[in-house]
Amino acid sequence: MSEHSTSVGFYVMIFIILLLLTATTVGAAFINLGPLNPVIALGIATTKALLVVLFFMHVKGASEKMIQVVIMMGIFFLLLLLGLALADYGTRLWS
Amino acid sequence: MSDSPAVTAHNPELRHHFADMAQQKDAASLGMWLFLVTEIMFFGGMFCAYLIYRLQHFNDFAAASQSLDITLGAINTAVLIGSSLTVVLAVNAAQRGKRKLLVFYLVATIVLGCTFLGIKAKEYTQKFEEHHVPGPTFHFIPTRMAGHPEQPPIDERHAEMFFSLYFVMTGMHAVHMIIGVGLFSVLTFQSWKGRYSAGYYTPIENAGLYWHFVDVVWIYLFPLLYLISLHG
Repeated sequence: MSEHSTSVGFYVMIFIILLLLTATTVGAAFINLGPLNPVIALGIATTKALLVVLFFMHVKGASEKMIQVVIMMGIFFLLLLLGLALADYGTRLWS
Repeated sequence: MSDSPAVTAHNPELRHHFADMAQQKDAASLGMWLFLVTEIMFFGGMFCAYLIYRLQHFNDFAAASQSLDITLGAINTAVLIGSSLTVVLAVNAAQRGKRKLLVFYLVATIVLGCTFLGIKAKEYTQKFEEHHVPGPTFHFIPTRMAGHPEQPPIDERHAEMFFSLYFVMTGMHAVHMIIGVGLFSVLTFQSWKGRYSAGYYTPIENAGLYWHFVDVVWIYLFPLLYLISLHG
């Protein structure tokens, strides 16, 4: 029920943070950090995704806990798909 | 929960199989989130294919990625984040029962969504002109190879694979955007007619969830497709 008290200014602040993170990810891509480049790119993308999901999609403070369970389930199966597929292809040394 | 039925039982939007408006809203939100989980798995399959081929053919993917227009990609990211802001402000206006403000933010979202699609169409046009679209006329010469003779030669077939994934992923994303613009067009009309109020705005909220999800997909697509190994 906290969503009703969320002000316009708060949403604009999240929007500005998202824009700054976008600028950061573009800037970081031009600096050679070796294997850290993709880690930073995905780290910033995940931070942005979290901000959108928690505050724009109102998952933080959601009255229905079941929604949080459904989201965690979705993320779990996505990581299962990516993790097991990459573990398979990443260890095929003979091919 | 026990005090709300007396207040909301006469809301004309309450379907008879729900006890009260709060229960109806929770059921609709849960259903929307379950749909979004199926969408996560739908895009997840494409991200998985992308990651496998990127790890196998990193140099070819990096060279192909560098032919994309980073400026247009970054502008589109900002446009899409802006449209997420207008959506969340539209939901906020609906919660406060401000009809005109709601219509204004919904129209703003449609305008920003169409701006994104317009810029995307411009990028696709460039790719068609450069013959970077997979198919019989595909042709790719990496731009940064001239001064780097020590780099391994680029395999055109693997660059073509990058562009196949680029067009499928951004194309499916654009299809979702077009559906979203259609949804918001209907909602704008209904909001203008006064269908939604502080007591009932679930369709606005659920369309908003869909739009934010499409935004999150782009948040991952942008660095993965446009920003591979840009440093010299």
